[in-house]
Parts: sequence; structure tokens; C-alpha cells
Amino acid sequence: MENVRGVEVHYYAICKRKLWLFHKGIRFENDGHERVIEGKILHEHAYPKMDKDVELEAFVRIDRQDGDVLREIKLTSKMKKADRLQMLYYLYILKQKGIRKTGLLSYTKEKETVEVHLDDDGEQEVRKALANIQTILEGNIPPFQKLPYCSKCAYKDFCFSGEADQDES
Amino acid sequence: MNRDIFILSNGRMKRKDNTLYFEDEKGEKRPIPVEQTNSIHFLGQVDFNTSLLHLLSQHQICFHVYNYYGYYDGTFCPRNPKVSGFTVVQQSAHVLDPEKRMYLAKSFVLAGIHHMLRNIRRNGSNDTAYSDTILSMLDRVESARTIPELMGAEGHCRQVYYDAFGQLLKNGMEWHSRSKQPPKDPVNALISFGNSLMYTTIISEIYKTVLDPTVSFLHEPSSRRFSLSLDIAEIFKPLIIDSLVFTLLNNRRIQEKHFESKDGAVLLNSEGRKRFLAAFDEKMKTTIKHRKLNRQVSYRYLIRLEAYKLIKHFIGDEVYKPFKAWW
Ligand code: SF4
Repeated sequence: MENVRGVEVHYYAICKRKLWLFHKGIRFENDGHERVIEGKILHEHAYPKMDKDVELEAFVRIDRQDGDVLREIKLTSKMKKADRLQMLYYLYILKQKGIRKTGLLSYTKEKETVEVHLDDDGEQEVRKALANIQTILEGNIPPFQKLPYCSKCAYKDFCFSGEADQDES
Repeated sequence: MNRDIFILSNGRMKRKDNTLYFEDEKGEKRPIPVEQTNSIHFLGQVDFNTSLLHLLSQHQICFHVYNYYGYYDGTFCPRNPKVSGFTVVQQSAHVLDPEKRMYLAKSFVLAGIHHMLRNIRRNGSNDTAYSDTILSMLDRVESARTIPELMGAEGHCRQVYYDAFGQLLKNGMEWHSRSKQPPKDPVNALISFGNSLMYTTIISEIYKTVLDPTVSFLHEPSSRRFSLSLDIAEIFKPLIIDSLVFTLLNNRRIQEKHFESKDGAVLLNSEGRKRFLAAFDEKMKTTIKHRKLNRQVSYRYLIRLEAYKLIKHFIGDEVYKPFKAWW
């Protein structure tokens, strides 16, 4: 499946609704959401010696490329599962082009690094995710469900903007 | 917190590096913090050049221009980086389907009337005649089948609402009826000026979302550049502007001496404008506890949330319920 961005794979693992909204161009990321700003600053200052923003395809971007290692920098390790899936997706795209790499997830806050290898299981996982993403994007907006992640989500005000039941006058 | 900047005097806007200054006729400079600016309103004669426009574009700041009389002239909005073709198509679908269009048009009208009734209740005497009359006319609003019918029914309610003003204004301010072009008395001058501010404020808030400002429901789409802003203003004009007018006049913060007559129109003079703008700014920053977000949000942010709710409605997520003050 074309046109899926790494960040969308990440959103898929966190909140299907966020994935859907983002894909339809309904974005809130530019509104000075703190984490986004933090992430950008980090992006510019961490690992200055490596190649910047290696462009794989128009739709896949990777933070840093360092020899045979693909490194993605994350602030905290709170979304490990999603980070791992996103990395597997990058490795999968590269593999289709005949490039084999190992993924490294660097968590700055915890000063922790996690290695990600694309084995058969991983590949399976990516394929399944892509199929699910396709189904989600073809369907209606996934209904709101409160998640622990909501409080830090840029879409929070959007999702919670409704009126409480009116005590009509 | 982002805020609006109102430039009342004549002068020049200057950009020095990445800082913005307003220099008045006496040469006094006042810095404008672009980072925290929402939009700029030019009420005086202001000179500027395109380098200023570049800076405003970078910071996504709109500016609104008013003429000598304080009437709204136009808006400059930087190219909007937020677009969602999907949402615009869905928004348009709600205009093309008469039933869907009526649902939204009625929502705006009913919320507006809700706030008119609220003003009568909060400022009025014990006389319930006006509210009762309006309530008895609600059926006609609800059962309207076409936009002109709805507009007509709304007009009748509004007529009664304005009739009630005579009782709601406490300090002997002259009041006959609503006169727009030109406003014939101080109360009308205040309402007209306030409505312009409401309209531009809503334009700025819509601009921050993926909504198309020309696709509207109660007002004909694109009959004016920002007709969606007119729609949303139905809800907020009585809630914010009218209640501000009552407060300012009834506690005498604005008096006869704050107006002047020009070419057959009654207008706020510069001291009057200053007072009104200060009160408007204050009001927009006032917060209420949002029942779903569970935190304090300002009146200004309520407008943004209204835009979010419309997006949710268009994309088939949650049926739109207009904001109705409940307290
Ligand atoms: S606020 Fe919650 S439900 Fe809404 S997009 Fe974010 S995570 Fe999903």
C-alpha cells in the first residue's frame, strides 16, 4: 500500500481515530502543541553529525541514517509499541528496495536505545497493520473512545469539543 | 494566551528584524508581540509595507481593517497552510442537501434566540411579556421549511427582542429600533461596532481550522467573503455583544458623551471606542468551565470549539449542537 507515512503507522498503533483524522488532512499539529515543539527542537539538536532527514520516498522519512543503522529519536519510551511498529515499517519499505538495515530507537529521556530487527514475524506484523490501516481509511471516522493518550494528544480539544447534555430552557 | 491587538491611532507599522512596532504620529513606538498575537485590528490610518505582510504570514496573523467610521472594510489572511479537501467537500454536501442545510441554519438561529431570551431574563424586569411572545414564535422557527421562511421567523423574534431593549436599558438611553446604516443613536452605534468586532473575531478563529469560510448555511454561501462567520455570529452576537452593550450602558461606563454625530450617523468617539474595545477584550478573555473538556476556556476559544464541532458534524462524527449558555 502506497502513501502511508511512518507517522500514520505510529498513530494507527495509538489511536485509529487520530490516524483517520490526520490522513484526511484534519491536522492540529501546527498549533504550538508543546510536545511537537519539543520534538522539533530535539530533532534539530540531537545527533548533529549524522545525515539529516534521509528521504527514502516522498512518503517515508527517517530521522537519521547512520551506516547500516536507521535511528529514530523519541522523547520518551511511553509509546514503545507504536515506535517499534513505525520502525518495522521503515525497515520493511527499505527491504522492498533491497536495503537491509537495523533499527535503533533512541529514547532521550531514559537514555535508552532499543534495537529493532525485521524478521518474518515483524514483516507479518507490518503487513497486517497496513491492511488494517487501509480498511480504517476507507471507512467512516472511528468513534471516539477515551484513551490514556488523549490528555497528551493534539486532537484532544477537537475530540472533546462537544456540548454536554443541555438542561434546556 | 493569544490576544487581539487594536490599533486606534494613526501611524505606521514597522518591522525591525523580527519585531513589530507601531509608531504613532508623535513618534512613540510600541512593540507588538507577534508570537502572542491572534489578529490585528486597524481602526486608525496605518501605513505599512509588504515586509510587514511577510512577517504576519509567517506567524499566521490575520488583520482586519475598519474605515474612518469604524465600519468593517476587509481582512487580510495569510495563505492558509491547513486544508482538508475531504472536509470542504463534506461541508459543501451539507449546503447542497436542503434538509442538512436547514438543520444547521436552524441550529444557529435557535442558539441565537436562546441567547436573546437569556439577555431579556438577565437584564429585564419581572415582565415576561417579551419572552413569552418570543417563546410563542419558536414554533415557526422550528417548522420553517425554507431559508427565507426561517429568516422571516427569526426576524420576528428579533423584532420583539429589540422591542424589549427599551426596558432593558436602565440609564435613559434613547432607543427606538435597530438602525444599521447608519446607526441613528448611541445604542445602535454600539451594537453595530460590536457586531463588526464579533464578525472579524470569528473570521480569525475559523481561519485556524480547516473549515471553508465561504461555505455557509443560514446565509447564502459566498454572498459575502466570509459568510460562515455570519452564520456563527448569530450564536455569539447576543451572547457577547448585546450583553456587553447592556453592561456598559447600564453601569455608565459608556455615556452619551462618548459618541459623536457624523454625516447623519451616530458613532463612538475615540474615548468611547477605547472603552468598548477594552471591555470587549476583557469579555473575550473571560473563561467558563467547559463541561466536556473539563477546564476553563475563554469566550474566544468557545468560538474555535464551535468550529471544531462543525467539522465533526460534516465528517459524520458527531451531530452538531450549537453552544447555548446554560448558566
Ligand atoms: S484525543 Fe484521544 S480519541 Fe481523540 S484522536 Fe487523540 S487519542 Fe484519539
